[in-house]
Amino acid sequence: MTAAHSATSPKHIGISPRFAFEPKSSAKRRDGLAALAFLAPYLIFFVLFLAYPFFWGVWISFHDWELVGTLRKFIGLANYWDMFEDPIFRVSIRNTLLFTAITVPVMVAASLGLALALNRENRFHAVLRVIFFTSSVFSVTVATLIWIMVLSPDRGLFAHLFNSLGLQPIAFLGSPDWAMPALTITTVWWSVGFPMILFLAGLQQIPQELYDAARIDNASAWRRLTRITLPSLKRTIVLVVVLQIIGQLQIFGQPLIMTGGGPADRTRSMVQTIYETGFNEWQLGYASAMSLFLFGVMFLASMLQLYISRQED
Amino acid sequence: MAARQLRSERTSEWLIRSLLVGLAALWMIPLIWIVAMSFKPNDVLAMSTSGLLPIPFTLKNFSDIFFVSMTPRWLLNSAVVALGTTALTLVVASLAGYAFARLDFPFKRTLFIIVLAGLMVPEQTLVIPLHAVVTSWDLHNTHFALMAPRVALPVGVFLMTQFFKAVPKELEEAAAIDNASRFTIFRRIMLPLSIPALVTLGIYTFLHSWNDFFWPLVSATNTNMYTITVGLASLQGNFAQTEGLGFIMATAVFASLPIVIVYLIFQRYLVRGIALSTGK
Repeated sequence: MTAAHSATSPKHIGISPRFAFEPKSSAKRRDGLAALAFLAPYLIFFVLFLAYPFFWGVWISFHDWELVGTLRKFIGLANYWDMFEDPIFRVSIRNTLLFTAITVPVMVAASLGLALALNRENRFHAVLRVIFFTSSVFSVTVATLIWIMVLSPDRGLFAHLFNSLGLQPIAFLGSPDWAMPALTITTVWWSVGFPMILFLAGLQQIPQELYDAARIDNASAWRRLTRITLPSLKRTIVLVVVLQIIGQLQIFGQPLIMTGGGPADRTRSMVQTIYETGFNEWQLGYASAMSLFLFGVMFLASMLQLYISRQED
Repeated sequence: MAARQLRSERTSEWLIRSLLVGLAALWMIPLIWIVAMSFKPNDVLAMSTSGLLPIPFTLKNFSDIFFVSMTPRWLLNSAVVALGTTALTLVVASLAGYAFARLDFPFKRTLFIIVLAGLMVPEQTLVIPLHAVVTSWDLHNTHFALMAPRVALPVGVFLMTQFFKAVPKELEEAAAIDNASRFTIFRRIMLPLSIPALVTLGIYTFLHSWNDFFWPLVSATNTNMYTITVGLASLQGNFAQTEGLGFIMATAVFASLPIVIVYLIFQRYLVRGIALSTGK
């Protein structure tokens, strides 16, 4: 969810005015030294563990570079051309896009629906908000463990339900048709809380007067939703859609743990292929190039948000 | 007319409420089931996993966690890493946030934009080169290596900068006349004011650090250095389809307890943090 923050942030950047009673040059010099002391601790982490690795990744992506061993050959853009010919990477791109295309609309609809239904200040709605958010605090390992069990064909909850109805249980995670939707269900259960909260925050910002006026006009609930609520939420909807696209493009833990990318690579994601290329096949240069391709795709998605919100202004 | 509309809205209100209750029940059933299994004997579970109540009841799965597993060690690693990451983030982010919000220095705007550009870099795409770099420094399988990449993320600096910018200038100016140093102003005036923001950032960082998966998976390769998140994934591979079902569920329940407790105590702050961190 990080990539889009910056899309909304640059407009907040502003240089704060100096204290009026201090002469300009001496204040600036004194502040300069203090600023160095204040910034140094963070900048050390930023440079060593973010900026440097990022550019290092760009550098090794132009190389045939192995995790161990001595093979380090400059090969220009060859890694970037290779990945589009690589059947494994192509299938991972396809799966990742398919997963994103299925999951994002479901997630946005579910979180928006929950937020609309739960946007009330009373105990009943507060408790329900906590319930729907609770699953979001689990780690991906706990969430997937729960759903592996729920979906298990011989001891899962669905299996018990199917058996009691006299039906044959489905091996969801082993089925080429069901594995992907099963990952979507797991993901929605696990992380619907975050977008729900963003929508609730957006709903809080709609002026109550708009609804009061609509009430005087006897507008129906449906009209209030389509004429006031949804148009006022437009910015939040764009934000959530983009954050979801960026988040789901990075899907990794759920298929890795639940299906191992199977059956027959049907749920193999881009990050899984990056992970295996890097740490099973030790091709760091190639894996870096794939990472940067994924970064490019996500960058485009966050530019989309910037573009849409600019258009509105 | 108005009365009829009111009545129909009441009916739909009750309809929505019952739908919500039903949905919430569906949402919770997997959790209740997992917790129930964690209190059942493994041999019972080997025959049947049905039932949402822990009958027959046992605490053996939980005592096994302490006596025959690596789980305590992994929980300790997670606690050290999550608390360490949180403490480091709070210190470096509040210092840097103060500088960006309140100090005037050369290249400030450029530097701030560079740091913000770091928000664009998704964690998943950084793992490969980060691994290579940390290998060259020989830092893998240390707690510090598990903390540092998250401390480097700019979200905290961004939040604290926004927060300090909103503090009224007059509060500082009074102290500046008394010739207090920048650090004294920061520590005596700004830091106490920023406690709510620090709590929000702290909870947000703790939760994310505790739940980190990809980076600890590749950096901590020694089982002694696994965090609970990675350790639980390794258990699943080994046990899930054999007899230790209750034990695995107990581990998952136990591993989630700290995070659920933190969440329930601080949920207000967390909710605000999510809204803040996306610039709303």
